Amino acid sequence: MPIYIARKLAFFILAVIAASIAIFLLIRGAGGNVAAVVLGKDATAEAINALAQQYGLDRPMVVQYFDWIGKLLQGDLGRSFRTNESVADLVVSRLSISIPLCVSGLVLGLLIAIPAGTYSALYSDRPLGALVALLSQVGIAVPVFWAGILLSLLFGVRLGWLPTGGWTNWDANFWGAVRSLVLPVISLGLILGASLTRYVRSAVLDVMNQDYVRTARATGMTQMQALLQVGLRNAALPIATVVGLQIAELIGGTVIIETVFSLPGLSRMILANVAAREVIVVQSTVMLIIIFVMLINLIVDLLYGVLDPRVRLAR
Amino acid sequence: MTAPAAIEVRDLHVVYDGLAAVRGLSFTVPAGGRMGLVGESGSGKSMTALALMGLLPPGWKAQGTILHDGVDLITQTDKALSARRGRTVSMVFQDPMSSLNPVRRVGDQIADVIRRHGGVGRHEAMGQTIDLMMQMNLPRPEQLARSYPHQISGGQKQRIMIAMALACYPQLIIADEPTTALDVTVQKQVLRLLSAATRERNSALLMITHDLPVIAAMCDTVAVMYAGRIVEYGPVRQVFRNPRHHYTRGLLDSQPTMDNIALDGSSRLTSIPGMVPPLPALPSGCAFHPRCPVATDICRARMPEIDAATGAACWHPVAASQPAVAS
Repeated sequence: MPIYIARKLAFFILAVIAASIAIFLLIRGAGGNVAAVVLGKDATAEAINALAQQYGLDRPMVVQYFDWIGKLLQGDLGRSFRTNESVADLVVSRLSISIPLCVSGLVLGLLIAIPAGTYSALYSDRPLGALVALLSQVGIAVPVFWAGILLSLLFGVRLGWLPTGGWTNWDANFWGAVRSLVLPVISLGLILGASLTRYVRSAVLDVMNQDYVRTARATGMTQMQALLQVGLRNAALPIATVVGLQIAELIGGTVIIETVFSLPGLSRMILANVAAREVIVVQSTVMLIIIFVMLINLIVDLLYGVLDPRVRLAR
Repeated sequence: MTAPAAIEVRDLHVVYDGLAAVRGLSFTVPAGGRMGLVGESGSGKSMTALALMGLLPPGWKAQGTILHDGVDLITQTDKALSARRGRTVSMVFQDPMSSLNPVRRVGDQIADVIRRHGGVGRHEAMGQTIDLMMQMNLPRPEQLARSYPHQISGGQKQRIMIAMALACYPQLIIADEPTTALDVTVQKQVLRLLSAATRERNSALLMITHDLPVIAAMCDTVAVMYAGRIVEYGPVRQVFRNPRHHYTRGLLDSQPTMDNIALDGSSRLTSIPGMVPPLPALPSGCAFHPRCPVATDICRARMPEIDAATGAACWHPVAASQPAVAS
């Protein structure tokens, strides 16, 4: 296990370094003269040069790269060109929406998918099992924005139970913030649950047809015991992989749901800053997301080691 | 013969939506007895085994009577059967590579069976596991018990499987091709172990295989299956020395022996022409007639039953050879 962890950690660090170079080159390479873009068409050459100098944009790329990375390592993500806000503060305030949204959505999705997928795998010949499989298909086909709008119409407009959109800060009104998140979380959870149901179903189907489940039955386990003690434990491997990928996709990928419910989350912030050519904001935020995604992958890899002795003990 | 049989099967049918994999099987394995069930792939051997265990694949149904330990297994609920599986009747499967749970230590897998049926604590179960592993001639059992299946050899895995099957001293062990997936050098050791361990526990053995020498070495009686029916049934010596069914004879003639393997390469090994018929297209009458050298009209028209005198289900049984010396 220590060798396994060390290898995964080394890979993680190398991948983060490679990613940082790629992001830097992509964003700087595509941006043209950053200072000129920020100041707009009517800016004078002096103003452009002054801004470039102020942010060190006139230095060689290599120097700028190491300057950025060095500050990043100290927790300094840079400042917005326009508003001079600290990127770190921006990201933290946006994450206070995005993280609860993504985590609750994913948990809700799993709470739906694990029982539903398992049931439809075991009882595919029963009407309810077929219905679950059908609903999951429908859920995959429904776009998340449409689900969001429908929920918003029902619970927000018609019943008036929950806000149709908007955001109040956690510290200003805690329960108000929770209420703002309910509908987005349900929309996200339903859609995620639908696709995860498919994965759980196929993982359980696959595992329950394995010879070792038959052995478990032949030594006296009931179908339910074989499922709970042998089946789900083995099915957890492929499911962990998919969940890891879903988390990675979610953290920067909830732009549609944030837009439908007017939530100022991380995804919308990135989109707005790309449009505004806020190079340093985009660069640092994307870097953070990449580190986060790789961290999730690392955790999934380590979880694999815990779940599967064949991985843990492999040379 | 007052001791109840380990298992008594009467007119067993295994069907799926109009198809029949097993068609009217009857046999008895006495307590502590050893019966071999032979036949080509597709003859219904494995389906018979799974029917006895109550573990048929989804959609398949068993009909008839399976008497075991005073009850008819066919009428039992799955829950009642679960309480028996591994305790009064257990099974060793064909492929030990895939038959053990890959994420659980092998010692724990044996101990699980002991704890499930024996009602003993964790510590006691592990002690019994180590004893059992020692009886299975597994080297350094304490250390091996902590291994995962992927860390041990195929022969060791099958010994673990046998230990799991024997753990609760079952009345009957069904072994379905237990050595087919193993190296030839290991096969014999595993068979010897299975034979000795079942004898020690006085467990009856139902040995399913297409390997005739294995049956000859290990069993008292043999049932030859073809297309879901028993075509010949009797003591091993009698059936093998003097087969009365043309299918049994064909099987025996297809076995390489020192006599029919010519060293110069001009082999005289024979084979049975044709193939086992697929389930949806079973021939009329005697299912073997399309491949039989002596088939006549009656074979095509009517299905023969086992004849008490010959032990063969055949309209034109092979002539009895002269008994050499009456003992």
